[in-house]
Amino acid sequence: MKFKTFAAFVGPSIFMMLLFIAAPLLSVFIQSFQETITIQEQIEVETCTPGFVTQTCTTEIKTVPVLDDNGKTITETRWVGLQSYQNVLQMDKFWEAVGNGSWNDIMQIDFWKALRFTLSFTLLTLPLVIGVGLLIALTVNNAARSIRGPVIFVSLLPFIITPVIGSLSIYWLFVGDGILTSMMERWTGTNISMFAQAWTIEVLMYFYRVWHVAPFAFVIFYAGLQTVNMDTLESAVIDGASRWERLRHVIIPHLMPLIVFIALIHLMDCYRVFEEIVGFRSQAHVISLQWLTYDFMTPDDAGNRAISRASASAMLTMIGIVFLLILPLRRTWRDHKGSAH
Amino acid sequence: MSTSKAMQQSFALRFSSGAFLAFWCLLAAFPIFWIAIMSFKSPVDAFAASPWDVITGPATRANGDGLSVLDIVVGLAVLYFAIRWAFTRLPGLVQQYCPPGMIALGWIFGAVIYAVAFVLIFFGLLPLILGAVNGLLGPLGTPVLGLTTEHYVAVWAENEFYRNFLNSMLVTAGVVTVSLTVGTLAGYGLARSGSDLAFWLLILALVFRALPHSVLVAGYLPVFINSSEILRPIFGEGAPTLYGQPWAVIAVLVAINQPFTIWMLRSFFQNIPAELDEAARVDGCSHFQAFRRVIMPVMWPGVITTGLFSFLLGYNDFLVTSLLLDAQNQTMVPAIAGYFNRETTTTDQVEAVAAAVSITAPLFLLVMVFQRQIVSGLTAGAVKG
Repeated sequence: MKFKTFAAFVGPSIFMMLLFIAAPLLSVFIQSFQETITIQEQIEVETCTPGFVTQTCTTEIKTVPVLDDNGKTITETRWVGLQSYQNVLQMDKFWEAVGNGSWNDIMQIDFWKALRFTLSFTLLTLPLVIGVGLLIALTVNNAARSIRGPVIFVSLLPFIITPVIGSLSIYWLFVGDGILTSMMERWTGTNISMFAQAWTIEVLMYFYRVWHVAPFAFVIFYAGLQTVNMDTLESAVIDGASRWERLRHVIIPHLMPLIVFIALIHLMDCYRVFEEIVGFRSQAHVISLQWLTYDFMTPDDAGNRAISRASASAMLTMIGIVFLLILPLRRTWRDHKGSAH
Repeated sequence: MSTSKAMQQSFALRFSSGAFLAFWCLLAAFPIFWIAIMSFKSPVDAFAASPWDVITGPATRANGDGLSVLDIVVGLAVLYFAIRWAFTRLPGLVQQYCPPGMIALGWIFGAVIYAVAFVLIFFGLLPLILGAVNGLLGPLGTPVLGLTTEHYVAVWAENEFYRNFLNSMLVTAGVVTVSLTVGTLAGYGLARSGSDLAFWLLILALVFRALPHSVLVAGYLPVFINSSEILRPIFGEGAPTLYGQPWAVIAVLVAINQPFTIWMLRSFFQNIPAELDEAARVDGCSHFQAFRRVIMPVMWPGVITTGLFSFLLGYNDFLVTSLLLDAQNQTMVPAIAGYFNRETTTTDQVEAVAAAVSITAPLFLLVMVFQRQIVSGLTAGAVKG
């Protein structure tokens, strides 16, 4: 295919990605070094109250926004260097906490609190998703052919459901004296509040994420199991391999490219954890990097949005993603080079 | 094939395998079906500590809302026939009345008419008839199972959730249409080109796919808010403010979706033998003619599957739409957050449950109809790639 033809086919898509993905990225990068403020001025305001003989007057200084001819506030954007990053990272507090040897003090800083959770969430759910997905795939592969269709149908529901609503559907089973909370209270004989502390909320989030994503892993592993070479398996049986040995030495190596693929997708998606914070209403206890950026962009009670800090937070989040992707991308490139030969 | 003796499994293994599978199916389906039950109960029943109370709805029944034995029997029968005829008579009617070549439109038209008829009968006509008959039956007409639709009325009518629904449909239709148009061309080009440039474009798309959406919204938000000033040199005084406009959000979601779309479509196009369009090229067609005459007729399975996932991205989105749309123009998913922003009462929670079930019901149908396409979409690029 000639380059001109190739460009004609691919052009619209590349144009859209450059205009709507690359350009905003550049914009965010620039915004993270700038801050927009409302220009304000101080004016004298004299307030008088009626008095019996003479008026009593008070003069005070008020700060008000400067308005332009159309009645809009005048704003000024200025370069602030790394100030927004400093506002997000709060390195002075961080080093002070390190000096004090206090983990709790570090966790009081929103960014580090969010980073801790995002990394824990991403790395802890990865083996669970792969393990549960593989287990489901093996049991479905083991099941009678007639029930595989219904099982796949039921399994797709957690994956397809809107993530915020998936979180809420589990939240509503536990909130207050929900049926599962009540069940656990009857078993243990203690009073349980699932949403009163961070660790119980996090457990529910891990559970939700595995529930939501394991079907994805299952479907892919199940497809991969259909392509296992039966001759190799039977040879292993003849050689006296146990079921566990067959799984470890024949099936898992066969599925390894799929495991890498699922791990890659999972790392990308999990690092962006956000819907769980919304669905479980955990922002008082547990926050994530993406939620932090979102929170900066949400108007406060005065209607202001911290765009500059949101941009700095977004750039820091993106740096993390790049680190996560370096190894998988190197492997992909090596595979590409290998297939070219 | 017969299983060799050595490969046969012990009873214990088969039993534990089956038990785990049953447990997983229960786990997968339970939260979704449970909130559906909750949404038809009064707040006291919906959040009762006992599962039995949630199912039977004593407080709901005490309010006079509920189903009698007759209601349950007739309702289940209507549901059974509705589902059965959807898979037997409806296809026949679509085939019978639809001109050849317009089968897709015929199916959409037929499905919509069928759905409207079902809603009118099941939620309109049936309650009227059964209400009258229950009055005549005395004790047999007494409610035994508490059930109320008041939360759905509150959500869709009083809170005007249908506006959010229309916004979701607008955004979703736009995302699917534009994504597939642009993505199909790109997917074909990338599948047929073996150059390093194509590979690097795919890697770029993969990196873009990994970006948190909040990173992009941080770039869009100031532009959207100030767009009337930015666009004034081009559009004059009529320059639009993009913030709060559902149609403007379409462009954002299409871009976010683009990396995924071209990866998936490239996988599907790679499964179409290159000999097909090469033969057309030998006959004198240009690449575009070959694409239009040879590839387009056979590409629809891949396009439908990719369209499904584009739909899900647009339909399920919360972050982008909640930041770029204002309170007057929200789509369905961010609108649910509105139930928690005020002082949350139990009634607000149950209405949120009803809204959540309203959003989930179409997805349930989607899985029923497109299960095979979803599975093939998930495995494309993984097993074959």
